[in-house]
Amino acid sequence: MVKVENISKAFKKMQALNDVSFHAEKGELFGIIGPDGAGKTTLFRIMTTLTIPDNGTVLINNRSIFTDYMEIRKNIGYMPGRFALYQDLTVEENLNFFASVFNTTIEENYHLVKGIYSHIAPFKNRKAGKLSGGMKQKLALSCALIHKPEVLFLDEPTTGVDPVSRKEFWDMLYDLKNIGITIIVSTPYMDEASRCDRIALIKNGVFIDVDTPENIINNFNQTLIALKADNMRQLLKDVRKCSQIKSAFAFGAEIHAVIDSDDYINDINNQLKSLNHKNIEIYRISPAIEDCYIWSR
Amino acid sequence: MKQLLSFIKKEVLHIIRDKRTILILLIMPVVQIMLFGFAMTLEVKNIRVAVSYQYGDELAEKITARISASEYFDIVKTINNPLDISSIFKREKIDTIIVFSDGFSSEIYKGGIPAVQIINDASDPNQASTVTSYISAIISSFQNEIAGAASPVRINTELKMLYNPELKGSYNFVPGVMALVLTLICAMMTSISIVREKEFGTMELLLVSPMKPAYIIISKIVPYFIISTINLLTIIVLAVVLLDMPVRGSFMLLMGVSFLFIFVSLTVGIFISSLVANQAAAMLIAGMGMMLPVMLLSGMLFPLDSMPKFLQVIADFVPASWYFTAVKKIMIEGQGFMNITKEIIILTIMLAVLVIASVKKFKVRLG
Repeated sequence: MVKVENISKAFKKMQALNDVSFHAEKGELFGIIGPDGAGKTTLFRIMTTLTIPDNGTVLINNRSIFTDYMEIRKNIGYMPGRFALYQDLTVEENLNFFASVFNTTIEENYHLVKGIYSHIAPFKNRKAGKLSGGMKQKLALSCALIHKPEVLFLDEPTTGVDPVSRKEFWDMLYDLKNIGITIIVSTPYMDEASRCDRIALIKNGVFIDVDTPENIINNFNQTLIALKADNMRQLLKDVRKCSQIKSAFAFGAEIHAVIDSDDYINDINNQLKSLNHKNIEIYRISPAIEDCYIWSR
Repeated sequence: MKQLLSFIKKEVLHIIRDKRTILILLIMPVVQIMLFGFAMTLEVKNIRVAVSYQYGDELAEKITARISASEYFDIVKTINNPLDISSIFKREKIDTIIVFSDGFSSEIYKGGIPAVQIINDASDPNQASTVTSYISAIISSFQNEIAGAASPVRINTELKMLYNPELKGSYNFVPGVMALVLTLICAMMTSISIVREKEFGTMELLLVSPMKPAYIIISKIVPYFIISTINLLTIIVLAVVLLDMPVRGSFMLLMGVSFLFIFVSLTVGIFISSLVANQAAAMLIAGMGMMLPVMLLSGMLFPLDSMPKFLQVIADFVPASWYFTAVKKIMIEGQGFMNITKEIIILTIMLAVLVIASVKKFKVRLG
């Protein structure tokens, strides 16, 4: 169980985290979603006892990060955002080393990492620095797991990993969650949010929402439309000038915009036609997590 | 214990995998001994001398023969016409010209005062003054022989060079190389290997583990301690075998003091690693910051006694200068433990201060 209460942390004049609170139950897969620079890594360093917060407390299974940090360190697994294994050691040597650092052996907990390690076992004599991005992350996860941690902290584990490996990685997290390991994971990819039990959306050091992905989407109480036309750049400029449109953002190949009611759709269509836009498509859509993130607050 | 052993094993793997570095570490002392022992010697040898005297002058010829017999001088030219002297430095590669006055022998037999002029190429002042004193010594000993008992009162100065009668430079630089190599390997390599963990982010993982900070430090020290010991033995063997360097005092005492100094240097490395955040800075501080004081302020190249007072005070804070003195006392003067207690005590105090400072500076959390 992880309990974060009113954490604040500033670096010089930069407020990295501001009054952040959440709790994750045993066996929960909790996602912290936000772009680079939102404060995710700072929060992870505070939860893993590496940094002291300016305000607030963190309890990991009822142990305080201030007084019981040695006890916490024995019982958590941490995978930093940057690949941080010994590049000049082989895959097997890395895993062996981290097992012995935690006073255990590969054999003792092999059942835990088997599903993950079996992917990289054929390369066990390869230097860690020579692995591909996806394999590096699998090795790092194996090393973080080898001592059977109660809580697993994964800081952007899928950044820089190909889509197939990302999917595999999330499947592995489900297996771990199912054997009762609490997992706190951060990611800048909004599409991964739906794979978490609950998520926190973080923006400039503030949690703007903490809930299940479904609830966050259901609570989006505005009308969302998607727009398309031949000249997308001009379209975005013109859409933003429409009085019925509250705000609009480019969203992949479309423009997503918020309006007050469905009734305005025809009106907007006519306005854009009069501005010489060709092949205009406007339709109502249901929001994704990214929409919720962009239009929150 | 198993934790510590596997950590040490990991450190050894790092060192072995980096073939270039380990090669440099093991070869560096050999190269330095060779360089200082044979190439970069301060001793004066093979001086090219030209002599000028009147043709057939008996005593001038005898003196010339004596100078020629010395291992320091090669007589490369004999001039019988004094007018050539002014142009000879320009035309030929000559270091020194000795000019005997016309009628040198007859002047002596008459009881007069003959003159000998020594003209030096003083573009290297050290060599010029050494050459002058060597030649003067040869001439005055010759003078004593031919004058015999009949000469008027004179004071004979008898020189005795204690501990190093041949004035060998190696007696000074071998202890210097020992101090230099041990400082470089211990301080630089230890600090780099700790800082590398910070730079690659692995320190973050080590901190979020039940690993005791003391274990991290000990496992960083052990491999370099072993390498330093190998280097130390290499230097001593090479110095004794190739350079005829004596070990007059107790060998165990020499090793004991060296181990003390190795520990001081290792803690210097640990301390440096707690100050800097990347390998380049560690290399700069440990490399330049340690190497220059060791070379310039230990007494290895320049005598400390003739330095300005403030430099002497700075030198007192350089561990290598105390180690240098202790090694010279043991190896060359053959002194026992009682006579180097001062050096041992000071090095021990330095070690204690550095250990306390490093432990205080070691962070159990991220900066």
